Amino acid sequence: MSAVTETTYTPETSVGRITNFVDERVGGSGILREFGRKVFPDHWSFMFGEVALYSFVILLLSGTFLTFFFDPSMAETHYNGSFVPLKGVEMSVAYNSSLNISFDIRGGLFMRQVHHWAALLFVASVSVHMLRVFFTGAFRKPREMNWVVGGVLVILSMAAGFTGYSLPDDLLSGNGLRIIDGVIKSIPIIGTYISFFLFGGEFPGTHIIGRLFTLHILLIPAVILLMIAIHLFMVVVHKHTQYPGPGRNDHNVVGYPLGPVYAAKAGGFFFIVFGVVAFMAAAFTINPIWNYGPYDPSPVSAGTQPDWYIGWVDGALRLMPGWLFGFPLEWHIPFPWGVNTLTLNVLLPALVPAGIVFTVLFTYPWLERWITRDNREHHVLDRPRNAPTRTAIGMAGFVFYCVLWAAASSDLIATHFFVSLNDVTYWLRGLFFLGPILAFIATKRIALALQRKDREIALHGRETGRIVRLPHGEFIEVHAQLDDYKRYKLVGFESPEPMPGIPNSKGIVTKSEKRRAALSRFFFEDRVAPATPAELEAGHGHAEHEAIDPANHDAKSISH
Amino acid sequence: MKALSQKRRHPLAALVLLLMGLMLTGGVYAVATTLNQAKADTTTYSANDIKEGNKLFIANCATCHGMGASGSASGPSLVGVGAAAVDFQVGTGRMPMQMQGPQAQRKPVQFDATQTKQLAAYVASLGAGPSVPDASLVDGKGNAANGGELFRVNCAMCHNAAAAGGALTRGKFAPALAGVSGQHIYEAMVTGPQNMPVFNDANITPNGKRDIITFLKTIEADGSPGGNDLGALGPVSEGLFVWIAGLGVIIAFTIWLTSRSS
Repeated sequence: MSAVTETTYTPETSVGRITNFVDERVGGSGILREFGRKVFPDHWSFMFGEVALYSFVILLLSGTFLTFFFDPSMAETHYNGSFVPLKGVEMSVAYNSSLNISFDIRGGLFMRQVHHWAALLFVASVSVHMLRVFFTGAFRKPREMNWVVGGVLVILSMAAGFTGYSLPDDLLSGNGLRIIDGVIKSIPIIGTYISFFLFGGEFPGTHIIGRLFTLHILLIPAVILLMIAIHLFMVVVHKHTQYPGPGRNDHNVVGYPLGPVYAAKAGGFFFIVFGVVAFMAAAFTINPIWNYGPYDPSPVSAGTQPDWYIGWVDGALRLMPGWLFGFPLEWHIPFPWGVNTLTLNVLLPALVPAGIVFTVLFTYPWLERWITRDNREHHVLDRPRNAPTRTAIGMAGFVFYCVLWAAASSDLIATHFFVSLNDVTYWLRGLFFLGPILAFIATKRIALALQRKDREIALHGRETGRIVRLPHGEFIEVHAQLDDYKRYKLVGFESPEPMPGIPNSKGIVTKSEKRRAALSRFFFEDRVAPATPAELEAGHGHAEHEAIDPANHDAKSISH
Repeated sequence: MKALSQKRRHPLAALVLLLMGLMLTGGVYAVATTLNQAKADTTTYSANDIKEGNKLFIANCATCHGMGASGSASGPSLVGVGAAAVDFQVGTGRMPMQMQGPQAQRKPVQFDATQTKQLAAYVASLGAGPSVPDASLVDGKGNAANGGELFRVNCAMCHNAAAAGGALTRGKFAPALAGVSGQHIYEAMVTGPQNMPVFNDANITPNGKRDIITFLKTIEADGSPGGNDLGALGPVSEGLFVWIAGLGVIIAFTIWLTSRSS
């Protein structure tokens, strides 16, 4: 930035003179020098953040087009567009203008579908990006705060999606709003007041679409942009993480510089994402609002679901029973000022699962740091198998989410797999509690087994399938050794051991220390240590000896 | 009016008012219920139809529905269900039933048009019930917009707003309506097969039913204006599609983009 341009330099061409003129005034070459040399490691799993960013850009572009034609008014009108099955039907101006965008504005339906597909892709890529960061341990120091910013972005993207989903004012979006209204009203004492404040009176009122529109096109995208700026700024400050490999450590970044190849690739990738979204929008319909008709509080169509990212909350509401062992979950509590209702059957499923997921999500980096006492900076990622307990916790959370997610489509599971809707609900209720536990156990075992396999391959090489008969009649299979680069991947990782509680200055192991020690045991008790150099030495000697000196079979038969 | 206002505080005024109210509700109710009465079958069936129908009934239906269609432990009585019920159940292949279950499944139709008519004639002869609708009611030339409104208010909660079908409790379901003939749709509304409620002529007028059929035929003929409709199942199929196809294709591209350098 601070590079001082030499005034003696005079460019020869006119383009050079213009560039130099600009550069002398804004110092662009310094910025370019700094950014152009920024190194990014290449791996396909590092590109989901980019996909999210690009879908956000697509959302801004297509969204701007839609605002030209969308009118968020809830005034009543009669449809007079070109879609015959709705001709003359009474509806809100918002729905009318959404239909006009779909049928009477050139390219309108395409842009609407681009916007909606890009929205689904945006939240999906944000989620996958977050899963990648979690499972590879990229949230560790110094990136804890960026992890939190990412978590905020997940919530914001859900908010952006939901406010947009509600705008067309069709039957589907109105049903979704009604559920939100119900959830708000289930908050004790203040719920009704919040609902009336939000809707400007009794649901649905005549204000909500306009208010959601302002949030959707002004506040939420502005905050998302701000968060993206912070997110990317921190990526620049921290530099990018990298997968373990020879020559990669916590003090370097191995990869390609941003300019020119990587920048060109990233720019091209934007058009690939745009192309994929445009193809989906051109060939596959999304949110066919004309099917649902104008919003009317009385009908609820079968197959009414929210978009996928709100599905898990809807699923929780579907799974929650109204009665539990003969006890109603809806209570009417008489207070001196009147009867207040406590509808736990709505309040609990709406708030508790989301509360658990986001609490764990936001606190996890600090939790793991406290348990491991690991205060070092980490720029080299973990392979998921090399952090078995973390991977297992992540999978438990993932399954928890997926059970709720599946519950949101319980009716479609029932019709498409020819099973009873009630049975689907019962099974998912069971899985709600058991699924995460089973996932934890299974994932941890699988991760440990994979580690054992890695260790085995590092020490003894790969089975070639080539059987050799020795002169004295014994058959052996020849093992092929890995090259050093591949072997590094299998042995170059940290495998922490459980740590006992450390006494404080008075020589006492406090309760919290004991808890920390117990958690440390929980995390690291089951471990497969990476092969040490000594073990490797022994293993290799043995392997070569197996291949070239088959006469001595005593040592070999011990290990087989 | 003066006489009336002077008497308004008379002790019997309340009683008179009550009587008037009761008369009014009773009268309206009487008019309304006559609309609901089963109409006598106007279709003409010959005596031979009924005779042949009886034979077919004994051979194919009586096992469950009993001799004389009086019902048994495995099947309900068919006295008074009308020709429309027979035409729907037999004409769509639901009857004879493939197996006992939460509800009768569709299967290839077992009887030809004549045999179906004969069966319908026999069952209609047992007691008055809804008849097979007149062709003018199922021609699909009504008002699609009105039909759409009626459909969303009365039908979409089970059959889905795009008539793609939906789940009911304990393995029962509302089927998708694409490809169902107007006559069968009409008959389903007046007879309420399986778990479907009856939509009699007081609920939805014959013209309203005609509009609903028109709406269904219109959306079926128009197809999906926005491209492949992914089953018209709403956000679930859209979410599945973006996760599997959308993200899948993009992951393939990311792998391609990074394959050379890594």
